[in-house]
Amino acid sequence: MDFTKPTIEYAQLWPMLVVFGVACVGVLVEGFVPRERRYVTQAGLAVAGLVVALAGSIYVGMDLSKLKSGGDVVARGKIAVEGTLAVDGPSIFVWSLVLVFAIAGVLLFAERRLEAGVSAFAGQAAALPGTEAERDASTRGLDHTEVYPLLMFAVGGMMLFPTANDLLTMFVALEVLSLPLYLLCGLARRRRLLSQEAALKYFLLGAFSSAFFLYGVALTYGFAGSMEFTDINEAVHNDTSNHVLLLIGMGMLAVGLLFKVGAVPFHAWTPDVYQGAPTAVTAFMAACTKIAAFGAMLRLFYVAFGADRWDWQPMLWIIAIITMLVGSILAVVQTDMKRMLAYSSVAHTGFLLTGLLGVQAASALGPDEITSLQAVLFYLATYGPAVVATFAIVTLVRDAGGEATAFSKWAGIGRRSPWVAGAFGFLLLSMAGIPLTGGFVGKWAVFEVAFAAGAWPVVVVAIIASVISVFFYVRVIRLMFFAELTAESAAVTRPSLLTSVTIAVCVLLTLLLGVVPGPVLDLAGNAGSFIR
Amino acid sequence: MDSFPWLTVLWAVPLAGALVTTFAPKGLLAKQVALVASLLTLAVGVVLATQFDKDGSGFQLEETHTWIKAFGVHYALGLDGLGLLLVLLTVVLVPIVLLAGWNDSPLDECKPWFAWALALEALSLAVFVATDVFLFYVVFEATLIPAYFLIGGFGRSRRGAAALKFLMFQLGGGLVLLGSVIGLYVVSAQQGSPSYLFGDVQDLDISTNAGRWLFAGFFIAFAVKAPLFPLHTWLADTTEQATPPTSVLLVCVLDKIGTFGMLRFCLGLFPEASDWATPVVVVLALISIVYGAFLAIAQDDILRLIGLTSLSHFGFITLGIFVFTTEGANGSILYMVNHGIATAALFLIAGFLIKRRGTTLMSQMGGLEKVQPVIAGLFLVAALATAGLPGLSQFVSEILVLISAFDYRWYVGAIAVTAIVLAAIYMLWAYQKMFTGPNPDSLQVEVEAGGDGVADLGRREIGVLVPLMLALVLFGFYPGPLLDVSNPFSEELLQHTGVNDDGPQVPAEASSEGGQ
Repeated sequence: MDFTKPTIEYAQLWPMLVVFGVACVGVLVEGFVPRERRYVTQAGLAVAGLVVALAGSIYVGMDLSKLKSGGDVVARGKIAVEGTLAVDGPSIFVWSLVLVFAIAGVLLFAERRLEAGVSAFAGQAAALPGTEAERDASTRGLDHTEVYPLLMFAVGGMMLFPTANDLLTMFVALEVLSLPLYLLCGLARRRRLLSQEAALKYFLLGAFSSAFFLYGVALTYGFAGSMEFTDINEAVHNDTSNHVLLLIGMGMLAVGLLFKVGAVPFHAWTPDVYQGAPTAVTAFMAACTKIAAFGAMLRLFYVAFGADRWDWQPMLWIIAIITMLVGSILAVVQTDMKRMLAYSSVAHTGFLLTGLLGVQAASALGPDEITSLQAVLFYLATYGPAVVATFAIVTLVRDAGGEATAFSKWAGIGRRSPWVAGAFGFLLLSMAGIPLTGGFVGKWAVFEVAFAAGAWPVVVVAIIASVISVFFYVRVIRLMFFAELTAESAAVTRPSLLTSVTIAVCVLLTLLLGVVPGPVLDLAGNAGSFIR
Repeated sequence: MDSFPWLTVLWAVPLAGALVTTFAPKGLLAKQVALVASLLTLAVGVVLATQFDKDGSGFQLEETHTWIKAFGVHYALGLDGLGLLLVLLTVVLVPIVLLAGWNDSPLDECKPWFAWALALEALSLAVFVATDVFLFYVVFEATLIPAYFLIGGFGRSRRGAAALKFLMFQLGGGLVLLGSVIGLYVVSAQQGSPSYLFGDVQDLDISTNAGRWLFAGFFIAFAVKAPLFPLHTWLADTTEQATPPTSVLLVCVLDKIGTFGMLRFCLGLFPEASDWATPVVVVLALISIVYGAFLAIAQDDILRLIGLTSLSHFGFITLGIFVFTTEGANGSILYMVNHGIATAALFLIAGFLIKRRGTTLMSQMGGLEKVQPVIAGLFLVAALATAGLPGLSQFVSEILVLISAFDYRWYVGAIAVTAIVLAAIYMLWAYQKMFTGPNPDSLQVEVEAGGDGVADLGRREIGVLVPLMLALVLFGFYPGPLLDVSNPFSEELLQHTGVNDDGPQVPAEASSEGGQ
């Protein structure tokens, strides 16, 4: 039997390989660099790697080959590595978003001023909470610098995930991005039991959902006889037998992906994990996982199952509706900032799904109408900075016990620190979808595509959910600005430049995306559709 | 388009003023900066009035630039008669309100109020001159943020809850409107290049059914804003808790956006649907008129009372809009201006009085006429204007609306006209409870002791009220200039709606009737 060497398109894939490479170097650094120099080396290496990868993504993105139909560019990109990867406009867009917010994540990870000279991660994760070993690690000022290579591996997985063009690669990517996250969640320096509980919950439920995904892969393979999306699409077009196999397979795949984005009824992990994980990890995870997972979901449903959308659209209608309602209603009754933000992120998943299910045949679109892909990508671009910056601000509000996330401790902080509270309020307004913020334009876009695709009941529910969500966001603003300062009120700690720059840039991005959304919208539009 | 962008300047000046105020040092300087900014805005408004050709048709002083290409959104501004009157009302009221609220809060805490007030002015002005539906929506919603902080940050003890209620109602309405705005894009995109420009949207071929749904979204949002029964419940709570100058901004400027929107968008974009909805809207307007008046009669809190009189008056304005006659539209437009002036005067005088007496309850006042004759006199004038006394400005607009209401259906007019009697009851009764009657002994003691509680109006306060009083009398006898500006707009609008305008009377005649 002949063995032909697979061709690997390094010219298109190198940004991703840089990220994986830096992650591996990071592991070596742990082994060979003295402890006191690891922090600077690791953080510097991670930022450098991500910046190079980001620049590379932009470079690759500008150079993608164009696929034309009737004179118009409909898609750009290339199928790579023997059909297992698709480097096209949307995946480059998702890459760039993931990398931008990963850089923000590294900056938040590297913050050491808030904890008086150490990072927010456990001194020694292996030491049991409350033991002599833990106290010893803490007095010696130990730091887990492994978090940077872990983050890099997760970012690599997040880049692979939306690029995967067959089911097996997608599964591998899913695991590569998830495993480091499980670990990161359990590494909090304070409230370690809560953090470890969160990590275990996330791991168990995540493993469970991965099993669903894998079973879905098997069934879909049984139906289509191939793992590749193009072949599955072909099979959906031509094969009328075994439809049940397809439906079950599709449902199982959806379970795995909907778990990752935190859609109801697979959202149960979200509040616990968001609350228990170190807040910097929550910020990174909330933004980047969602972006990557939606990238993958878009490709799976649009490319592999695009021809069968009459079957999956009703399912997503229901999921989107209950996700928005459950997320926003449960957020109303929360009394902890991180849990409230977690439920609000569930609601945002619902809004994103509203955009996802707004797909229509190209012929049904008006000549200049925005596409559902464009809308979802833009929504992700607006959601990322808002969520990163809100969690970053949560790390600043502290009392003697570390971060103060209970609502009662936020009372009146706007009177003492109007700028930080003002920024937080602005970000909440963006999440609520108030005009002149990025969140509004994003909401408009996803509602529009769903409306145009005839999913008006979903849009009606989305509007109701938006009203509910305004309530809990504005309540926080009221708490910060109009409540009296109490003895319990936490103080806003002054962070180092790393966190302040992250917050400032993200707030600025949120404002810019609200006032001049044109360039990013056009970028999302120019990404074209997925290549097949 | 190469002419000077006056309309951009119009909203940019107060916005810049708000920013400068924010960064100015605490204390007197911040307030002075704010006042200067509002006076500059007034000057820009006057320039606009001189540039405006009142016989011209359509939008004037237009500026159009592409804003978000993918959504077909333009940064497009333009001014018509309706817009001009509301712009002038706003730019005149804001300096008055700033001066009236000059000493409302301590010197080192007052800065945010002035900054937010200017921000509210900037966004409201942008609403009145926006000629792109999306741009309109953006600024329409954005006005709520300064309003929220004005209510929640300053006022009485339960203001936080009142501000939240206000915002929930307004944003709820706003999100319903968002549904319709998106719907417009869908229709527009199906018919070629999507565009939100007012003219382009007007030319769309919207099916009857779609038009009615879209109309409903617009109307509900405006009915919350205006407010109309049954979406009015935020109104009294808000005016009760906010400071009186804030209430002036809310009721006299912000709420006008509701009725402004009905004229501009409901009638302008969906004439067929507006005609279809008329019976329901007229019923709601009538309920608002009568029910609002009864509610007002039942109040003991003067700030709630004034808030609820507005419910009744917004009922009148809506009625005038939806009877589809030129006089009706003219009457409504005039009503918006006159109501703004009269209600502003009422709120401010009541505010001055409350500050002195330390209570908002009318039952705890009484006999103040002899102690504070100037307050009593001015309040009486404003109250009579609100009650529609001939010779004062509100009468003219009320009579125009009533004539058209009788013209539409006699019983509609008959029901609406009862409000004149009811208005006399709630206003005169309020006057009676506050100012007449025997002096309680405690008051007598206070007078002998002297002090702020029994002092009459100071120079600043009188200065604030003088322009409003002059306007009340002037427009009562000579509403001609207002009608001249509003009439071309109304005629064009009614022509566009194509609904039968029976009994065409030249409104200039109506105006001279009002003047005699």
